[in-house]
Amino acid sequence: MQRPDMSVAIAGIEMRNPVMTASGTFGYGAEFADYLDLESIGAMITKGLSLKPKAGNPTPRIVETSGGMLNAIGLQNVGIDAFIEQKLPYLENVNTPVIANLYGNTLEEYGEVASRLDGLAGVAGIEVNISCPNVKQGGIVFGTDPCAAQEVVSLVKRNTSKPLIVKLSPNVTDVVVMAKACADAGADALSLINTLTGMAIDLERRRPVLANVTGGLSGPAIKPVALRMVWQVAKAVSLPIIGIGGIMTGRDALEFMLAGATAVQVGTASFLDPSAAQRIAREMEDYLVEHDIASVRSLIGALEV
Amino acid sequence: MQFKAMVLSNVELSPGYFRMRMTAPQELASSAPGQFLMLKVNDAIDPLLRRPFGLFDVGSFLPEYAGCGAQVYCEILYKVVGKGTKLLSALHHGDLVDLLAPLGKGFDLGPAGEEKVLVGGGVGLAPLYYLAKELKSRGEKVRLFAGGRNRDDILCITEFERLGVETYVATDDGTLGERGFVTQVLEPHLAPGTRIFACGPTPMLNAVAKMAQKSGVPCQVSMEAYMACGVGACLGCVMKGANHTEETPDYRCVCKDGPVFDSFELQWS
Repeated sequence: MQRPDMSVAIAGIEMRNPVMTASGTFGYGAEFADYLDLESIGAMITKGLSLKPKAGNPTPRIVETSGGMLNAIGLQNVGIDAFIEQKLPYLENVNTPVIANLYGNTLEEYGEVASRLDGLAGVAGIEVNISCPNVKQGGIVFGTDPCAAQEVVSLVKRNTSKPLIVKLSPNVTDVVVMAKACADAGADALSLINTLTGMAIDLERRRPVLANVTGGLSGPAIKPVALRMVWQVAKAVSLPIIGIGGIMTGRDALEFMLAGATAVQVGTASFLDPSAAQRIAREMEDYLVEHDIASVRSLIGALEV
Repeated sequence: MQFKAMVLSNVELSPGYFRMRMTAPQELASSAPGQFLMLKVNDAIDPLLRRPFGLFDVGSFLPEYAGCGAQVYCEILYKVVGKGTKLLSALHHGDLVDLLAPLGKGFDLGPAGEEKVLVGGGVGLAPLYYLAKELKSRGEKVRLFAGGRNRDDILCITEFERLGVETYVATDDGTLGERGFVTQVLEPHLAPGTRIFACGPTPMLNAVAKMAQKSGVPCQVSMEAYMACGVGACLGCVMKGANHTEETPDYRCVCKDGPVFDSFELQWS
C-alpha cells in the first residue's frame, strides 16, 4: 500500500511531517545527531536566542514532579553572534527546516535579533518567545498583556521577511485574547503552550527546590491543558497552530491535530528519549496506515464535538 | 548510544546500597572510566526522567550456556534515595532497562609512573573502581582513600584490594577505619608526583580541591548533578566555571563538559 502523505506546511515552511522539536529541549540540533536522523523530523527549533549571550539562572534549575518536570533554566544561550558563527553552519548541512527561537530583554532587542536573523538563508522561520515564565524581562511580561504582545509582534514583523511564529503562554486568564492580539499584529502562525508556572517544595529543608523558587511545568502532566488551549485558539483564529504540551507518542500528536493543530512540537519527551521526535513521527504514520488515512492533513481540526 | 540492557544481577551491598550488573553492547567495552550512563527504569511516565549513574565497572564474561560468545557487561553502584532508585532496587535478573551510554568525558589517566590517589565516598566510589581497574592494568601504583558517615557508606573495599590497591578508610563515627574526615587521612600522603581523582559529596570535593591546590597536586573531580537529558540540551546540570561572573557567564554542563573536570576549571565555594 502507498505510504500516507505526512507533509504539512506552516506559513510557507514545508515540512516532511508535522513533528518539530521544541525550543530549549533540543539544544542546537547537533546534540541529538547520535540518537536520531535529523532528516526524519519536520523541523528543528533552536534554543531561545538573545542579542548577547545569557548566563541563565542559578542551580538547582530542574526538578522532576509527578508526570512532569519543572525547569527554571533562565534562557541560557550562546547569543545571536555565536549561534550564527558556531551553530548554524552545522544545521545548514541538514536537510530539515531550522526555525530560530528568539527573545529580547527589551522591546528593541526583539526587533534587533529578528533583523539579525533575517538575512540568513539557513533560517526558515522565526519563533518569538513571549512566554518564558522564568525571566523577568524578555518573556512573560510581553506574553501576558495583549497590548505588550501586540507591540512586540508588530515590531518583529517589521524586522523580518521570514515566517513569524509566536509562542504563547498558558499563564493567562484567556489564551484566546492573546492569540487574537498576536494574529492582529501580524503573526503568521501560533505555537502553544509554553510551560505552566509551578513550584516544588523540599519539606525537610522548608525551602523551594528550585533556586529560582518557581519554574515552568512541562511533560505529560500538562497535556490536557495544552489540548484545551489549542482547541480554543483553533476555533477563534484562522492562523495555523503548532500544538505543544506533553506529547510523548504519535497518538498524543494526532490528538493535537484533531484539536486544530497543523503541526506539533516535541519537548520534554526528547530528554528521556533522545529519539522521541523521530519515533513520534513514525508512530503517527503507523496510525494513518492502520486507519487507512491518506493524508495527515485530513486530521487537522477534525475533532467532532 | 541508546540500547536495552538486561539485568544480570542486582545485589544489596550494605543497607540501601546496591550494585547492579547489566548486559551491554560491544561499543561499551571502549568506554572510559569516569563516563556515565542514563537509565530509564520503566516505560511509565512516573518516574519520568532517566537517572544518571557513573560506570562502576565494564568488562566481559563468557556465559555458561552454549552458542554464545563473550558478553560485555556494565555495572552501576547506587543508593536508594527516591522513587526511581526504589524501583531500580526491585529489578531482577532478566528485567530490561533502557540506557544511554557511554556519556560525558572521563578521567585523564595522566602519565605513567606517578602515584595515583583516588578519593571517594558512598556511591562516589563507583567511577573510581573502573578507574582503579584501568590504572592497575597499566601497572600503576594506586591508593584509595574512602570516606563516609559510617561503615555502611564504605563500599567494595575488598574489590579494590583485590586489584592491588592500597586502601585507607575514615568514617565520621569511627565504625570503620579512622574517625574523622577522609581528607585528614589524605593530607599527609599528598606530595609532588601524585595525582588525585575524586568523586563524592560536593563538600568533600570542595575540601579535596582546595587541598590539592595547596599542595600543587593535579586533581580531577567527578561531579554529580540533577540532569534531565544527559546530552547537553536541557542545561539543567550546569556548574560555574572558575572565571564565571554575572557579566561574563561561564557555565559548564556536568553531562557534556564533565562529569570529570580538572578541579581548577570549577568555581569552589
